[in-house]
Amino acid sequence: MKSLYGRISHNNIIIFATLLLLVLLYGAGSFQYTGFFSQQVFLNLFIDNAYLIIVATGMAFVIISGGIDLSVASIVALVSMVAGSLFQQGANAFVVILASLAIGVLFGLGHGYLIARFKLHPWIVTLAGMFLARGISYLISTESIVISNSFFNEVSQYKIRLFGDGFISISVVIALVVVVAAILGAKYTAFGRAIYALGGSEKSSMLMGLPVERTIVSVYALSGFMSALGGVVFTFYTLSGYSLHLLGMEMDAIAACVIGGILLTGGFGYLIGPMLGVICTGIIQTLIMFQGTLSSWWTKIAIGFLLFLFMAIQRLIVMQKDRGATKSARRKPAATLQNQPKSVNKIGNL
Amino acid sequence: MDTGQLLRAQGISKSFPGVQALSKVDFTLRRGEIHALMGENGAGKSTLIKALTGVYEKDAGMVWMNGREIHPKSPLQAQDMGISTVYQEVNLCPNLTVAENIFIGRYPRKRMLIDWETMNRRSQELLERLDLYIDVKQSLSSYSVAVQQMVAIARAVDISNGVLILDEPTSSLDTNEVKQLFAVMRKLRNEGLGIIFVTHFLDQVYEITDRITVLRNGKLVGEFETEQLPRTQLVSHMIGREWNPDDAAGSKQARKGENQPFVIAKGLAKRGSIEPIDLTIHRGEVLGLAGLLGSGRTEVAKLIFGIDKPDEGEFTIDNAMMSSMYPRKAIQQGFGFTPEDRKVAGIVGELSIRENIVLALQAREGLFKALSVRKQKEIADHYIQLLRIKTPSSEQKIENLSGGNQQKVILARWLATQPKLLILDEPTRGIDVGSKLEIRKLILELAGQGISVLFISAELEEMVQCCDRVVVLRDKNPIGELAGADMTEDRIMHMIAEGGLTHDQTGGIGA
Ligand SMILES: Nc1ncnc2c1ncn2[C@@H]1O[C@H](COP(=O)(O)OP(=O)(O)OP(=O)(O)O)[C@@H](O)[C@H]1O
Ligand SMILES: [Mg+2]
Repeated sequence: MKSLYGRISHNNIIIFATLLLLVLLYGAGSFQYTGFFSQQVFLNLFIDNAYLIIVATGMAFVIISGGIDLSVASIVALVSMVAGSLFQQGANAFVVILASLAIGVLFGLGHGYLIARFKLHPWIVTLAGMFLARGISYLISTESIVISNSFFNEVSQYKIRLFGDGFISISVVIALVVVVAAILGAKYTAFGRAIYALGGSEKSSMLMGLPVERTIVSVYALSGFMSALGGVVFTFYTLSGYSLHLLGMEMDAIAACVIGGILLTGGFGYLIGPMLGVICTGIIQTLIMFQGTLSSWWTKIAIGFLLFLFMAIQRLIVMQKDRGATKSARRKPAATLQNQPKSVNKIGNL
Repeated sequence: MDTGQLLRAQGISKSFPGVQALSKVDFTLRRGEIHALMGENGAGKSTLIKALTGVYEKDAGMVWMNGREIHPKSPLQAQDMGISTVYQEVNLCPNLTVAENIFIGRYPRKRMLIDWETMNRRSQELLERLDLYIDVKQSLSSYSVAVQQMVAIARAVDISNGVLILDEPTSSLDTNEVKQLFAVMRKLRNEGLGIIFVTHFLDQVYEITDRITVLRNGKLVGEFETEQLPRTQLVSHMIGREWNPDDAAGSKQARKGENQPFVIAKGLAKRGSIEPIDLTIHRGEVLGLAGLLGSGRTEVAKLIFGIDKPDEGEFTIDNAMMSSMYPRKAIQQGFGFTPEDRKVAGIVGELSIRENIVLALQAREGLFKALSVRKQKEIADHYIQLLRIKTPSSEQKIENLSGGNQQKVILARWLATQPKLLILDEPTRGIDVGSKLEIRKLILELAGQGISVLFISAELEEMVQCCDRVVVLRDKNPIGELAGADMTEDRIMHMIAEGGLTHDQTGGIGA
C-alpha cells in the first residue's frame, strides 16, 4: 500500500485541497457556533443540495468533454412546471417523472446534435436551449403551481433514519447513487473514457478512431437527463412548479465543478469533485446563516473568492505540468549503448 | 511470399480551396511488403493517407481491400476494416495515461467494466517489445515527443490487422528507437501485413522498404522496386529534374569577424538537465551540439535562450554580463530559436503564414510599432520563395500546410528577425531532401554574413557539413570538442559512444 502522500499527484491535488477546505470550513463553523457541529446540520447540506449535486455531476461530464451546458437551470424550472401542470390535469406520478426525464434527454440530444453535426459552439447552443426552456415554462404559466400529488408528497416527507436521530431524504439517496454511478461510469466504461479523450483533444480522438460525434451527443443527452432528474428531485423538495425557479443556478453548478477540481479546459477531473464543491458552497451558506446578521449575498462573495482561489491553483498546476513535461524513457542502458553508433551512421547519409 | 494485392486505390483526387492536393493517384499495396511513399513537402503523401483512411472525403477514386471495394468514412471504420494508421501529427490524448492511449476504443474488460490492471500490464509488455521502459500509468503529456511517437506506433501496431500506415513515424525518433521500430516492421511484414511508410530519410527507405511510390505535386510519378532505383534517380523523380547532390551543397566560406566572441557561457548548469558547461560562440561561427537524444543538447539551447533558468554559471553577451535570461530579453539581444518540438511549441495554427512569420519580428519591435500589412506580406513572400514553402498564398492558415512546410514557416519566423545568434534545434526534421540542402546552404550563407548559429541535429553528416566546431554531449555532460579536419562523422560517433564504453572494443563503432 502506498502512503497517502504518495497518492497525491498533480491530478488529484485539487480534490485534496477541496477536502481540506471542507474540513477547515466545517471546523471553523463548529468552533464558532454552538449547534453547528451536529449530525443533522451536516446531513441537511445534502438534503438541501441534492438537486444541485445531481445537476453539477451532469455538468462535470460536459465540462470534462471540453464543452459547457448553460441550459441546466432552465431545464430544472421547465421540469417543475411540466410536473405542476401535468398534475393539475391529474396525471400519474410515474408518467410525470418519465415525461420530465424525456424532456431533459430531448433537450440534451438537440444540443449535442447541433454541436456535433454543425460544429457550433456549445456556449451558443446551450444558451439558446436555456432561453428556450425558460420560455416554454413561461408559456405553460407565469404563476407558480403548487404540487399536491400524494406520491410526491410522500417522497418529500419520507425520512430515512440513520444512526442516532439523524435522517436524510430519498433525494439524498438518489443524489448519492448518481455520484457513485458517475464515478464508476467515468472510470470504468468506454463512454466515460471517451469523454476524457474528447476533452484532451477532439482531433486526436477522431484520428484514434473514437466515435466523436456519438460521444458529444451522448454527453449532452446525459447532462439533459441529469438536469431533468435534478428537476424531479427539486420538485420533491419544493413541491411547486415555477418558471422563475433557480435563475442563474447553472453558474452554481459550474462553480461547484471548478471548486471540485474539474478543469474548465476539459480532460481533467474526478466525478467526486462536483459533490464536494456543492457541499463546500453549502457550508458557506450555512455559516452565513448561523452568523445571522450578514446578508445572504455574502455567500456569493465568498464563493466568488473561492473560485478565484481555485482557478489560481488550477493554473499553477497546469503550469507545473508544462514545465515538467520532458520525461524521456528509461532504457536498458547496456542495450542502448552498443546499438547506437552503428545506426547513427546509417541515418543521414545521402 | 504471397504477393497478392492487399489494398488498391485508383484515381484518387482531392482538392482543397486553391490547392489540388491529389489528382488521379493510383496506389497498390501488396501483402507482406513495406511500401515507401515518397515526395517533397506538400506532394500529397499525408493527404493520400487521409483519403484512404476516411479522414478526408475524396473527390474521386475507388479503394479496394482484398478485392472488395471499401468506403471508410472515418478512421474508426478504417480500423474496423483492418487499416490502422499513425498520422503525421501526434494523434494521441495528452491528458490520458500511456496505457489508455494504447487501448482506448478497445479496452480489455472484466464483467463489462474496463479492466485497468490488464490494460496496464499489456501496455507495459507491448512497449517493452519496442524496448521502451516507462511507467504506463503516467499521463502521456509527461513524456517527450519521441516517447509519445513510440506510444502511437505501439497502438497502431497492436491494432493493425492487414494494413499498417506510418506517416513520418521516425522524424522525432532516436536511432535506437528506429532500430526497434524496424525490427517490429520486419516481423509484421513476415506475418503478411502490408505497411505503408513515409519518411524523408533516404537511408531508412533503402534499409527497410521493398517498393517505392513517388508523388509529385499531387500526381503519381511511378511505382518502383527499391532495389532497382538508385538514390539520385529517386530524388530526381521526387523533385522532377535531374539531381546532383554536389551542386546543391554549399561550402564553408571565409567568415567575417571570426574569433570575436559573441556569447560566452561559463559553468552554466541546471540540476537534472545539464552539468556545468563552458561554451563560446564566436561571431559568424556555426557551433554544433552533438549527442544522442536526451544527452542535453536541447537543454543547453533552452538555457541560452532563457527558457530554462540555470542554477549556476555566468553568461555574457558581447562582454556584457547578463544577470538573468528570459526569452523576451533573448529576442531583444538578437537571439532566435527554432524549438525542436514545433508541433507543440512553434506554430499558431489558426493564424496565416504571414502572421506566423512576422510574429517574432513584431515581438522584438514591440507591440506598438506595428508593421504595415504590405511590409508583412513582402517579408512573408520573400521567405515563401527562399524556403520554397508550398502554399497558394501567404494568407493560407498555417495548419493547412503540409508538415514539412509548417516547419519551414517557423524557420522563416526567426530568419525574418535577422538575428545575431540563431539557435536551430533540429531545423531539418521532416523536411524533404531538396529543401534540406537548401537550408544547409542558407545556414552557411548566414554565417558568412557574420551571424552566429548554434546548430543541433541528429544527422551527423549535416553537422559536419555546416559546423565550424562541434561540442559533443553525453549523458548531460560536455565530453569534448572537435574542429577542423578532426571533425568527421566517425570521430563524433566515437566520442558519443566512448564516454561509458572505453574498454569495450565491440561496441560497433566506426563503419
Ligand atoms: N486541410 C487542408 N486545407 C488546405 N490545404 C491542405 C490541407 N491539407 C493539406 N493541404 C495542402 O495539400 C498539399 C499536400 O499536403 P500533404 O500534407 O499531403 O503533403 P505531404 O506530402 O504529406 O508533405 P510533408 O512531407 O511536408 O508532410 C499541400 O500543398 C497542403 O498545403
Ligand atoms: Mg505529410
